[in-house]
Amino acid sequence: MYAWLWRHLPGSVVVRVLLVVLLAVAALAACFEWLFPAVAPYMPFNDTTVGE
Amino acid sequence: MSGTTTPARARRRPSRGARLAYGALGVLGELLITLGVLVLAFLVWQLWWTDVEGNRQQAEVVRELPRVAVPTPTAGAGPLVATPRRDDPPVMADVEYRTTFATIQVPRWDGEPERPVSEGTDRPGVLDVLGVGHYPGTAMPGDVGNFALAAHRTTFAKPFNRIAELQEGDAVVVRTATVDGGPGTDTWYVYRVTSWEIVRPYQTEVIAPVPGRPGEAPTERYITLTTCHPMFSARERYIVHGVLDYWAPVADGIPAELVEGAR
Repeated sequence: MYAWLWRHLPGSVVVRVLLVVLLAVAALAACFEWLFPAVAPYMPFNDTTVGE
Repeated sequence: MSGTTTPARARRRPSRGARLAYGALGVLGELLITLGVLVLAFLVWQLWWTDVEGNRQQAEVVRELPRVAVPTPTAGAGPLVATPRRDDPPVMADVEYRTTFATIQVPRWDGEPERPVSEGTDRPGVLDVLGVGHYPGTAMPGDVGNFALAAHRTTFAKPFNRIAELQEGDAVVVRTATVDGGPGTDTWYVYRVTSWEIVRPYQTEVIAPVPGRPGEAPTERYITLTTCHPMFSARERYIVHGVLDYWAPVADGIPAELVEGAR
């Protein structure tokens, strides 16, 4: 899966490493911004009220 | 490579089925590793990023909260200290869900900022975005009954992170905002901690009008703080009870408990 991605990235090794880092940062940013806040209310580790 | 295949070479090439199977296993392995990385990233997000964002958001809520300013002291003199009043305090009307109507500050929690108090205690609407939540249906600040609050102990700026440091006699200072300008607004209510306990989440009697005695008519003015326990778990609840000590209009100055260096 990741090998397939690597093979299809353009440029030299250095360029590909930079692209991979960029993609990883973008993916993490998307998680921080949308995925994790959407999932958080369903995680029970954070209940602070009585009666829940 | 030319076309002559020897039997030995032919035997060493894996079959198409085998290649597919190994390929699928490879993808599965990489997916599992990716999932592991995502779980780790989620932990980092929860335990660090929500604090960063929460602190910023809650500071902004407090900054933009419409309220009367504390009177500035005359030049040379120290801060204007409000005279405690122990007669029946004014009480503000109930507010709508998600309305920020007060702030809370605890001198024992050195370095902790004033936190906004908003109506409601669900996480997506209040606790995760607005800080401290007020249990709907419980008393308003200063009222006879139980002014019950909930907040995160970890994550989302963790307003009640240091709840276990509270000791009997510690001050919990509530300052109501302007809201509708009626009685009980722009007023200090200074509560004193009386007790703490650890309970199971279903023990809702801790926020009853008389803590621990559901159904009993209240005669005192209580405050109750609830948060999760132990620190990184939601197995139990850490509860702190307090009782009103005095009140004062914000226009009269600040409570002695909030003066720099006081405790």
